[in-house]
Order: sequence, then C-alpha cells, then structure tokens
Amino acid sequence: MTQVNRVDGGRLDRTKPLNFTFDNRSYQGFEGDTLASALLANGVRLMGRSFKYHRPRGVFTAGSEEPNALVSLREGARHEPNTRATVAELFDGLTAKSQNRFPSLALDLMGINDFFPSFLTAGFYYKTFMWPAAFWEKVYEPIIRKAAGLGALSMLPDPDAYDKGTLHCDLLIVGAGPAGLAAALTAGRAGARVILADEDFAMGGRLTMEAGLLSEIGNSAWLSATLDELASLPNVRLMRRSTVYGAYDHGVYGLLERNTDHLARAHADLPRQTLWRVYSKRAILCSGATERPIAFENNDRPGIMLAGALRAYANRWAVLADQTVAIFTNNDDGHKTAVDLMAKGATVAAVVDVRADAPRLADYPLYAGAQVVDTKGRLGLRSISVRLSDGSLKQIDCGALGVSGGWNPMLALSCHQRGRPTWNDDIAAFVPAGTLPVGQSVAGAANAQMTTHAALNGGAGAAVAALAELGVTAGLPDLPVAEDAPVAITPFWHVGEGKGRGWIDFQNDVTVKDVKLAHQEGFKSVEHLKRYTTLGMATDQGKLSNLGGLAVMAELSGKPIAEVGTTIFRPPYTPVPIGAFAGRHRDEDFRPTRRTPSHGWAQEQGAVFVEAGAWLRAQYFPRPGETHWRQTVDREALAVRRSVGVCDVTTLGKIDVQGKDAAAFLNLIYCNGFAKLPVGKCRYGLMLREDGIAMDDGTAARFAEGHFVVTTTTANAVGVYRHMEFVRQCLRPDLDVQLISTTDAWAQYAVAGPNARKLLQKIIDPGFDISNEGFAFMACAELTICGGIPARLFRISFSGELAYEIAVPTRYGDGLMRVLMEAGAEFDVTPYGTEALGVLRIEKGHGTANELNGQTSAAHLGMGRMVSTKKDSIGTVLSNRDGLTEADGVRLVGLESVDGADLPAGSHLFAQGAEKTAAHDQGWISSACYSPHLEKPIALGFIARGQDRMGEIIEVANPLQGGMARAKIVSPHFIDPEGERLRA
Amino acid sequence: MLIPHPLLGLRDAQEFVYKGDARLMARPDPQADDALQAFHDYTYLRDNPAGQHRELWFHEQGDRSWLIVTRDTRTHEILKAELARPRGKGERT
Repeated sequence: MTQVNRVDGGRLDRTKPLNFTFDNRSYQGFEGDTLASALLANGVRLMGRSFKYHRPRGVFTAGSEEPNALVSLREGARHEPNTRATVAELFDGLTAKSQNRFPSLALDLMGINDFFPSFLTAGFYYKTFMWPAAFWEKVYEPIIRKAAGLGALSMLPDPDAYDKGTLHCDLLIVGAGPAGLAAALTAGRAGARVILADEDFAMGGRLTMEAGLLSEIGNSAWLSATLDELASLPNVRLMRRSTVYGAYDHGVYGLLERNTDHLARAHADLPRQTLWRVYSKRAILCSGATERPIAFENNDRPGIMLAGALRAYANRWAVLADQTVAIFTNNDDGHKTAVDLMAKGATVAAVVDVRADAPRLADYPLYAGAQVVDTKGRLGLRSISVRLSDGSLKQIDCGALGVSGGWNPMLALSCHQRGRPTWNDDIAAFVPAGTLPVGQSVAGAANAQMTTHAALNGGAGAAVAALAELGVTAGLPDLPVAEDAPVAITPFWHVGEGKGRGWIDFQNDVTVKDVKLAHQEGFKSVEHLKRYTTLGMATDQGKLSNLGGLAVMAELSGKPIAEVGTTIFRPPYTPVPIGAFAGRHRDEDFRPTRRTPSHGWAQEQGAVFVEAGAWLRAQYFPRPGETHWRQTVDREALAVRRSVGVCDVTTLGKIDVQGKDAAAFLNLIYCNGFAKLPVGKCRYGLMLREDGIAMDDGTAARFAEGHFVVTTTTANAVGVYRHMEFVRQCLRPDLDVQLISTTDAWAQYAVAGPNARKLLQKIIDPGFDISNEGFAFMACAELTICGGIPARLFRISFSGELAYEIAVPTRYGDGLMRVLMEAGAEFDVTPYGTEALGVLRIEKGHGTANELNGQTSAAHLGMGRMVSTKKDSIGTVLSNRDGLTEADGVRLVGLESVDGADLPAGSHLFAQGAEKTAAHDQGWISSACYSPHLEKPIALGFIARGQDRMGEIIEVANPLQGGMARAKIVSPHFIDPEGERLRA
Repeated sequence: MLIPHPLLGLRDAQEFVYKGDARLMARPDPQADDALQAFHDYTYLRDNPAGQHRELWFHEQGDRSWLIVTRDTRTHEILKAELARPRGKGERT
C-alpha cells in the first residue's frame, strides 16, 4: 500500500490520492499519475509477459511508444485489452490486469517457451507448421491462437457512445511541447484559427519531464503562462488527450479525442471518444522525438528502460524506478539522466558509456569505452555485467538501468503521404524528407531541432512561415532562454558479444539473432525483414525497434543505414478503437432507417417488417390465429385475386423528367421506345447498361408532352437516378431536360384485385372517369381524391389483376391508407405486404432484382424483341453482341413442382438424369414461392433454350441444403397469360 | 480529398460518387460501321495513367452535378474541376 519509490516534487496533486488495483491488489497513486508511474511508485516492476517467449516484462518508456507494459483496463463490458500503462491516466477505482500469463504474472507456465527460443525464431510459423496441410485449421492454428496474442476481449457489446465531428482551422499543430507551444503562441497572437493537439493529458511535452530546460524563467512558469495565454485566445482550441493519428490528402487529419477514459465512470453527456476530421489549411508537426534502446543480452528485464523515461518518471511523476540505478549510453543525453536521478536522491551505481571520450557531468562512477553485456534478475533486474575498456568483466548491482541509444525524430505523420525520411549523420537518425503531406511542415525535435532553444525557435519560425503562405503576417514572440547543448552521439546499436538474445523489438520478441537469421535466409529488404520477423508490427508499430533492426541489417549488408532505407509509416499513429470509427453508426443506427408515411398504420396492424435497402417495409400482416407466415401470405395473396388488396409501394424510386426533350431523353434511357407514348398513358420500360445487361425496369407515365414520371425498383432508385443524370449531363447536354428525384415526395399504394376500381371510385372526386373505357389499362392521370386532395393515378399491374397505383403527396399517405381501408371494408379489403407482393408477381411472371441480377440481358429475360432497333439507346449496340443473344442461351421460364417438393431459389437446373456437376449445369432458379392459387410450389428461373422446352421435366439440385426436386418447365405467366384480368 | 466544386467551393470527396475516366463522355456513334468494336472499347478499355487523369465525379450528397476532375493519380493533387454540363444561357441552376 505504500509508495516506496515516490520522491519529492513532480507534477502531481498530492491532495488527491487515487486508489486502484492491479491484478486484484490495491495500490494508491495521485492525480497526475499514469498507471505506469503509479505502479513504479509502488515498487511494481513486473507488468506483463512478452508475446512469444512469455518473458517477464516491465515498463520501458514513459509514452505512447510503450512496447511492454500492455495491460487490460476496467472490467465487464468496458474491459479494454492491450492498453499501454504509460498513457493510461490514473483515476480512482481503476482496475487493471496483466495479460498473457497463466496462472499468474509471476508464475507463467508458457514461460517454458523461453527455454526453446530456437523453435520460435524468425519465420517459425512458416517453417514449423507446414505439413500436414490438414493440420493447420484443426491443430496448429487453435494452439497458436491460444498461445500467442496478448489481451483477451470481453466479448460483450461496447456500452460506450462514440462520436464523430468535423473541425476547421488555419493551422493544426500536432504536439504541445516547446516547438508546438511556440508555434501556437505565434499563430494565436496573429489571430489565426489554431488547433493545438497533444496525446498527453498534460501539455508541455518534455517541459513536463525534464529539469531546467528553461534556465531563467523555469519550465513550469513559462509553461503555465503560455497555456494560460493560449486558453484566453478565442481563436485557439487546445485539445488534450487528443492524438492526431493520420495525415490524409489535402490537409485533412484524423484526430482521436479521449473524453472520458480518465473518468471513474462514464459521463452522462459525453461520448467516450470523439473521432475528429480536421480540415487544416496548414499543419505543423511538432511531435518531438523518442529515445531508442541498445540491444544487449537480456536487455528486456523489468527495471530496464529508456534513460529518458527513467528521468521523466523522476521529474514529472516523482518516481525512482529503483533507489540504485545505472545508465548505459552512447550519447551525452544519457549522462543528463544520471544527473537528474542523483538530484532526486537516487544512487547512480554506474554510467556505462560506449565512447572512450565520454564526458562526466557529475560525480558518478563512469565507465568510458565500456558496454553492458548481460543482466541478471528473473522477475526484475538485479545486476548488470559490464565489459570494461580493459576487457575485464564487472558485475554491478542495480534495480534499474536506463538505456539511451540516441533520439529518433517522431516523424510518422510526415510519411503518411509520400514523405520518405532521409538519414542525418549529425543526430544519427532519420529525419523528415521527401514530399510531406500538403500544407505540412515539421518543427522541433521531429525535425532534428534537438535542443529546447532550437525547438522553440523552430516552432515559432514554422508558424510564421505557414501563416505567410496564408497571407497572414505574424511576429516572432519573445522566447525564453533555453537549453542549447549540441547533440553528441556515437551511433551504437547492439553489443556484439554473448550467446544469448538481445532484444530489438520487445513487443514482437524479435532479437538481433532473428534479424541475422532473416538476412541469412535472404530477407534483406527492410519490408521483407518486417514481414518475416514481425519486427515493427503491433501496437507500437516499430517506434522503438525499426531503426535497431535496420542498423543490424545495414551492418550485415555492409551498407550504411541511409542505403538500407526504412519501412513506411502508415496511419494510425497509435491504435484507434473500432468503436470510434463506427461512431454513432451501430446497431439500428448503422445507417438511416427510411419509413414510409403509413409505417405507423402498419405497426398498428401488427405488421412484420423487413429491411429493403434503408427502407422498412411491411412484409406481411399476421392476423390472430395465424400460426405461420405462409398462412398469412397465402391469405393475403388469395384476397387480392378474389376481391381487393392494398400494398404500400412508396419505396419505389420516382424520378420526375421534364423538358422539351423529355421523350427523346427517355428514348435513350430505355431500350424500348417512348417517343410515341401518348399523354395520359404509362409504359413498361427496360433500362440496359451500356454493356447490354439489364439494369432496371419500371414504368414511365406521360402527364404532358414534356413531363414524365419514371419509377424504378426500390433497390436501384439511387443508382438509376445517378445514371440518368450521367446521361443527361455527360452524354446529352444538348437535350432540354431536367430531372429530380421525387421518391420522398409521394406516398404510393397499389390497389389490386377485381374490386380495385369499385374501391377507388368511392374516394376519387366526382368528375374523374376511371371506368374501363375512360381509364383503360396503362392509363395515367392527375386528379383529386377525398374532396380536393391532389393525386396521381396509374392503371398498372404488378400482380396481374385489375390494379392501380395511386400516389398522393407524402403528408397524405397515412390518411390515404386509412381511407382505403375504411372505404374498402365492404369489399373485405386486405392489406398485403412484400411477401404476398412477391407471390403475386411470381405467379404473373414479372421479374424483379432477382431476375435483373446484373447477369441477364433483355434476351435472357424473354424481352429481346423489346430492344428497339429503330433508335439509339443505352446498351442497344452491345446487347446484340455474341454471348448475349445466342439461341441456346438461358431464357426466363416458369417452373412448377412436379411432386410438391419446394423449389428453393438459388437451386441449379439439370436435364433429367444428368450428372449434377457444373459441366451439366443448365440454369438456376431466381425466385420461388408457394402459389396458393396453383396450390403447389412454383418458381421463376433461367434455363438454356427455355423457350423451346415447355413441358419438359427437369431436375432441381440444391446441394447447399441437400435437396433434389423435379419441376416442369412452363410459361412464366402462371396466371391469366392472356391478360384478361388486368384489362377488365 | 477535397474537390473544388466550381459552384460550391471546396467539398469533401466523401460527398461524391466516383465513376472513372472522363472519356466515358465520348460515347461512340451507334450508327457507325464499327459500332460494335467501338462500343466494346468504350465500355471495357480504360487507360490507367500514373499522372494527370480526367475523371468523372458525381456530387450525390450535394447539387447532383457531374464534375470533370483533373487529378494527379500519384499525388491526388486536383488541378481542375469543371461542370460536365456547362450551364446554358439563362438556365436556372
């Protein structure tokens, strides 16, 4: 319960102690702690097990690049695996658990992997699990799945809300360290719209983690004054806990803001996280630098971490990872850690510097020209072995080792487009280069400005330059006197000696040996190296490890690192939850739901609904006593043919076509002719794609010389409108024609059955003649109903019965449905849904999307003669090509079950006795139903030479469901082939 | 991506539906002797240039204009965006 490693100072609020648990043990930290700093303060070094070898691991960094300290946070449905303890802000009541261990973190049975490292070397999957092939799915993969991986999912739905938003700014500044703050101050004072985003919950970057960067004013004083001023500027938006994770085209950035992850309970009004799409005119990348490790034998024990992290824990979080520490470095910065730790009261047991001319910054045991060659301590570091410059070996006891191999500019966002880093010898690291994302510049340590002085000036200068491009004049602010020690480094990547393993990529358990093996086996390109060894993959994406791997590869190839090159950084910079990408678009809000005006009425009737695209349509209307949907559908279909039924067809696409050339335009759109369609008449129309395949069908009604109303199928409404606009704007801009989609403007109902006219006559206003003579089959008219309500009436039939479709402005839709039910009571009017609609149209042989499935031509559909040869229309030329017109091609036919067995849609058709193989496949069933009229299963389908095979018995194979049936080929017009009913 | 709509200014590419090569506007003459071959080429053959490409974008979530956008396929730089069907004189937009 005691914070044994806590020292004075730091940026903590010690008046606010926070209780938390790790692996069910209780601990206490303070507000301002991360989970990592609080665990270290409590003397907890062991935080996880490694991916492959299950090696004990502790925290390695103090930031988002953490490879080791991955834990699961929270419990129940909010359980979140693979969270980096270094960026998990502590809150009261936090529960955290370690991962990848069984039965416990200290005693992990899979640790046995560590004794067989040669089994798990680079490419072990490829080499080990090759044969027998059948073993892969059933034996190897389950074992690997269980053994590998880190945290486990809760398998419960995520209870949190996520949101998406859009932000606009003149200048986006990524990172609020010295460079970012100076840039924000410069641009903010100039009045530019600025967004300053930082992934940390405290702004300031290294200013919060270092001692004495600003020697005169002091880090804290300047930081708080600057943040206060920025907060006071209305044109500056400060975004903490906000990670810019991707740079996209044209100045668009992806930003994840974590609103409530640091709160003990979900906030009532806030989404957990917000995914922002940031439109920036200019952006400055001020993402700083991350330190890199040096590989040596057993360099992964808990207690070994980056030197800069060791000092960040001491300065910002007032934590000494251990009372006795050592440093292993190849540059001057490592010595700074020793100085800071001594100031906090730690005993520095050794500073081991690979350079013979190592400087000494304070009174500590310095071993120049020496290397750490091995370490000891099973669950945490106990001692290091140092090869001294005279060749002798020295054991030094210490509980923490800070390693510094130099600092890498954190340039990931500069590479998300075409930026390709180049090597800079001065700092021995890659720096941003190539074509950066449009409008982006890089400042501060991310751009090799490694001192605080350089970063402050670089940030301010970049802001002045960016604003100048936008025509805004900005002045340089007064910047504080800052540390400006030059970088002094001798590149050093790995200790050469030793038979053990030196880790390069901690997260993926990739060692120097693995890189050597990859090289030996020919995987020499950096991209191959990555895929073969998994170096640089997973949550840290090689932020720490990439360069180490490249350096070893360069050494083996005898080339400089600059020539070996580097792998490409891609978004996201750090992991983004899938929930944030989904935002509000989940469950029933996955996409908008479209409801027709009479949806409420249908609900009152107890309708069962079905999704049709974004629409909800009434599928059938069960009545009390009906126990099976088929019972309901049969009743509805029979009622239509016996008396009259009403079906909501509002969802059909409706397109208003107007203009002097409207008829010429439709002539081009439809393969059949429309020029001669009289006013007051409708016509069925078939649209082809330019490749000759049927695209959609529907009717076009002519209300005036220059006014048509076109209907499309529900599913293709959007696509057909787009196509028609393409034809109008791109192919025939000379035609005087205008289009508008009116799908949402009209509610439309099919009124079908022998009593349809009688029913409609009751609601149509006097003066409109809809008698068979006055309003014949395929007539259309604009009229009024119910005492002056405007309506459109079409005498068209999908069911094969005497039928009409009546349309009213949307706001009257619900009322019209109720009026039709009331007026139709004397005819026992029956509402019917999409199922009965389907039965009726199959019985009549009308095709829908099942038949116009993107593979069938007019000829296949039996409508080959409809394609007019007297005019040009889309698809005409190619509908005549070989392959679409051949005499033995498939034709639409009707199929009747011979023995009463179902004919499932999707079944394939074979000649009697033919082997059921693809070679003998003659066609397929596109639509099927039980016909209550014929009292047997029927279907529509396509079969080779169907037109010549009427009466033939064929076999229907459905290997998916294991079924086999026999069917007779008949005309697709099962009902009223002469069309007498619909003309009655 | 941002597309500079000639009437509406910079609009996000998400508002648009992409169709492809603007040569689709040059529909062959169906009466020509080689119409079948010409329509075959028109329908199926496309250039796939690394560099400037004139292509059709439909502003579906906007004003329903078809635009001809000249885009560098290597950099996504947009050099030009024009209406496929220029507004006629006195025609209301």
